[in-house]
This record gives sequence, C-alpha cells and structure tokens, in this order.
Amino acid sequence: MKIFLHELRGQLVLYTRSKELAFFTFLLPLILFVLLGATYGDDKINNDRGADFLEAGMLGYGLVSTAFAGLAIFMVIRRESGILKRVRATPLPASAYLAAVLTATLIAFAVNSVCMIAIGRGLFSVPLPARWLSLVVTLLLGAAAFAALGLAMTVIVRSAEGASATVNAVYLPMAFISGSFFSPHSFPQFLRAIADVLPLTYFIRLTRDVMLHGHQFWDNWGDVGVIAAWGAIGALVAIWRFRWEPAER
Amino acid sequence: MTAVVVEDLRKRYGEHEALRGVSFEIREGEVFSLLGPNGAGKTTTIEILEGYRRRDDGSVSVLGIDPARAPREWRARIGVVLQSSAMYENLSVRESLALFAGYYDSPRPVDEVIGVVGLEEKAHTVVRKLSGGQRRRLDFGLALIGDPELIFLDEPTTGFDPAARRAAWGTIRSLRGLGKTILLTTHYLDEAEQLSDRVAVLREGRIVASGTPADLTRTPATEIRYRENGKDVVLRTEQPTRVLAELTGRAVEDGRELEALEVRRPSLEEVYLELTE
Repeated sequence: MKIFLHELRGQLVLYTRSKELAFFTFLLPLILFVLLGATYGDDKINNDRGADFLEAGMLGYGLVSTAFAGLAIFMVIRRESGILKRVRATPLPASAYLAAVLTATLIAFAVNSVCMIAIGRGLFSVPLPARWLSLVVTLLLGAAAFAALGLAMTVIVRSAEGASATVNAVYLPMAFISGSFFSPHSFPQFLRAIADVLPLTYFIRLTRDVMLHGHQFWDNWGDVGVIAAWGAIGALVAIWRFRWEPAER
Repeated sequence: MTAVVVEDLRKRYGEHEALRGVSFEIREGEVFSLLGPNGAGKTTTIEILEGYRRRDDGSVSVLGIDPARAPREWRARIGVVLQSSAMYENLSVRESLALFAGYYDSPRPVDEVIGVVGLEEKAHTVVRKLSGGQRRRLDFGLALIGDPELIFLDEPTTGFDPAARRAAWGTIRSLRGLGKTILLTTHYLDEAEQLSDRVAVLREGRIVASGTPADLTRTPATEIRYRENGKDVVLRTEQPTRVLAELTGRAVEDGRELEALEVRRPSLEEVYLELTE
C-alpha cells in the first residue's frame, strides 16, 4: 500500500508536468464545452435545453479523452521508449504500477468532470445533478470500461510516433458519432448504425437519463450491459496481449 | 564467491540460433565484459540474466537465484542499465532518483547517488534538458539507487563521443570502487580492456576466448617478421626469445642481415578481429 501511494504520487506529478496531456486530454474538452455551450446552449434539443443536453455529452467526451485517449497515448510512449521495461527491472510490482497509473487517470477524469459540471452551472445555468450517486456510479463504470479499452488500444498501436495519430483517429470520430457534441438523432442512417454499437453512445445516453430525466443507474440495465461488455472485451485484450517491452525493430 | 554462473546457455529465435551453449562465471566484486560484434548474442545473454527473456536450455544462476523464477526481492539486489536510457522526461534528476528509490526497502540516499554519478550541478534539471552523457550518468544512478550487489550494463557508451565515454568509464570505475559486481557488454575493445578484470569474447552465440585482457593478448604467439630473398617471412611462436636467438645467431654466423626484422605482440584489437571474423 505504501509503495502504491508512493507511485500514485509520482504518477500524479507526471500527469501535471505533461503539457500535451494537460491540454489535449484535459483542457480541450472543457474549452469545447464553453464554445459549444455559448453557441447553442439556449436551443432546444429533443425537448431538453441545449446546455443541459450538451453537458452529458461533454462528460462523455472528457471521459474518452482522459481515460481512453490520454491513457493509451502515454502508455504507448512509455512502452516504446523503454520506461515500462525499466520499471519492470525494479522491485515495484507490476500490479502496483498499473493500479497507480489507472488511479491517476481516474483522478484526472474526476477533476475533469467536476470542472465540466462547474462550468455548466456557472456559465450556462445547468442544474446540479440531483441523482448524484447514480451519476458517480455511471462515471465510474465509464472510467473502468474506457480505461480497459485504452489499455487494449496500446496493443494495437506499435510505435510512439503513431500513438497520437492512431488514437485520435479512433476517439475523435467516436466522440462525434456517439453524440458528444450534437444529438445523434439528426445524423444520417449509416452514422446512427455505427453509433448503435459504440460504447460511448450508451454511456452518454445513460449519463443524460440520470442527469436530465430523473433515472437511476439501475433503470437502464441495457446501457450498463453494453458499456460493461465493451469494458470486458478491452480488459481481456489487455490481459491477453499487454506488452511491457518496446516492439522489436 | 561467484555472483553469476552460466552453463551451456542456449536460445533460439525461430531458425536463428542466438546462443549455442554459452558458459561463464562472474566472481563477486569483479567487472566482467562480454565483448563481441553486433548480433553475437550479448544482449540476449544479458537479458536472460536480467530475467527479461526465457532461455531454451542450460542453467543460469544470478546471485544464487534462477532469473526465470526470480522473486521480487531478487530485483532489489540487481541494477539494470538498458541500451535505451529511457526515463520520465518531465522529472528532474533528483525527482527521478527519489521516485525509483521508493521502490526499494533500503535504497541508497538520493544525494549520495547524485554525487557518485557526478550530477550535483544538474540535480534540479529536468531529464529532457540533459545531454546524452548526463542522461547516461542518471541511468547509472537509477541502477544504483537500490544499492544492488550486481549491476548489468548493456552497451553503456554506444554512440558516445570520446569525452562522454571517458566520463562514463570514470563512473563505472567508481561503481566498482563501491564493491559492486558488474557485467558489461560492449563491442568496443578498448572499453573492455580499460574496465574489466576479465573478458569473454562472444561470436555467433559461442564464447571463442576468455580471460583477463592480458591473457587474451598473450595467448596467440608473438610474431616475428623479416624479409628473406625478397619474400616476407612470418613466424609465430610461444617462445620468442629462443626462436629469435636461433634466427639471429644463424644470420650472424652467415654474416647476413635480417631485412625488415620486426618482433611484435598482436594488439588486443588484432586478437579480437581474428577471433570474431
């Protein structure tokens, strides 16, 4: 436990030191919320106020950008540069290292979500979530599933140079298609078909139902099931193929 | 006492036999070099000893433990310097050492390690602003922070300019001065000659020569060259004094001069090239 807390402290310091990580995965979702909220915060979308509707989508965007994209990119860079291999040569248990990395990621996402809700309240008069316990459970479920998918993503990306490009090519379209920024109901048929299989679509719908429609976490078992299933697939791939050493060249 | 025992170590990658029965021992407190050209099997050997790779056959004991089944505590007794000196770019020298110190039960004090590797001036500099030589010194520091008994250095000076190499050698000597056992791989002969107590020359997965640097240069015979009737004559002998006496004795009796007479011991460089080509 002591060694975990030591490593967690180190990981949090590392997180705050990386400007790229801070900007693209942490600040950008907040900036986009401000811009989009100012643009159509007062419109009506599916009988909800624009800003209220948007906040749930932006929580989903913050989730994929911190827990999925950020995690996958910095883990690939660490693996390919040989940092993971170095860590493996020390007595630090692999489990303590991964637990610290995942906890640091979770903390980043939690702070991101709090900022998002504060911006919604402060700038766009979005009411604070009433079903906050269900919201916390939803966010935790999403964090676990997307972190697992992020680790699975590191299996697919082979080089540090390709990390940002490949991960961006996956998560930006996903955020768009799943309706982080707009309502997927206005999308053409083929995009809606893709949206129907993406886990982020279900996460955003669940978050929106909890935040805006008075649902509890357990009212939407279907959504919970899809998110958990994706997370389980991610975890299996990560356990099966996660590498500590750089790709052979 | 023996720190490392390797017997008949074998490893193959698909069709390629990387190690074909390598055996050697490293005594406690000595600097042992594995010398050889690229692809000879140096990194494969050292990575098996570090526990990164599995062997196919043979036996390996590092500090009395089989690295393939090593417990966590064993990792605290070894220090590893990999070929790539990867580290967290956004931490300072001091923070990097403090982070890694936390992984060990009884690490060396961070400031002491900074002193050993000579980075006092750079203690608060972030890693990304260090020069190649300074990074390598931090690398040594990270391998040393857990106060290991045995340190592995895989090609510690490859790609260095002469000044940086000299500085790295100084650091390696100071590690030895702390009583550490060191296994070093290198393809630089002068490096092996300068730093090691004993050297094993690896070629195509086999050890083709081993001993002290002096042993290696002694083994092949002394060369005596001269010219006779316009032809170069080369004699190789283990007893140069006697052979030379006979040769010159006869020449003096006949009243002729041994043209272009030369007596020389081959340099370690020549021995090495002869062994590895």
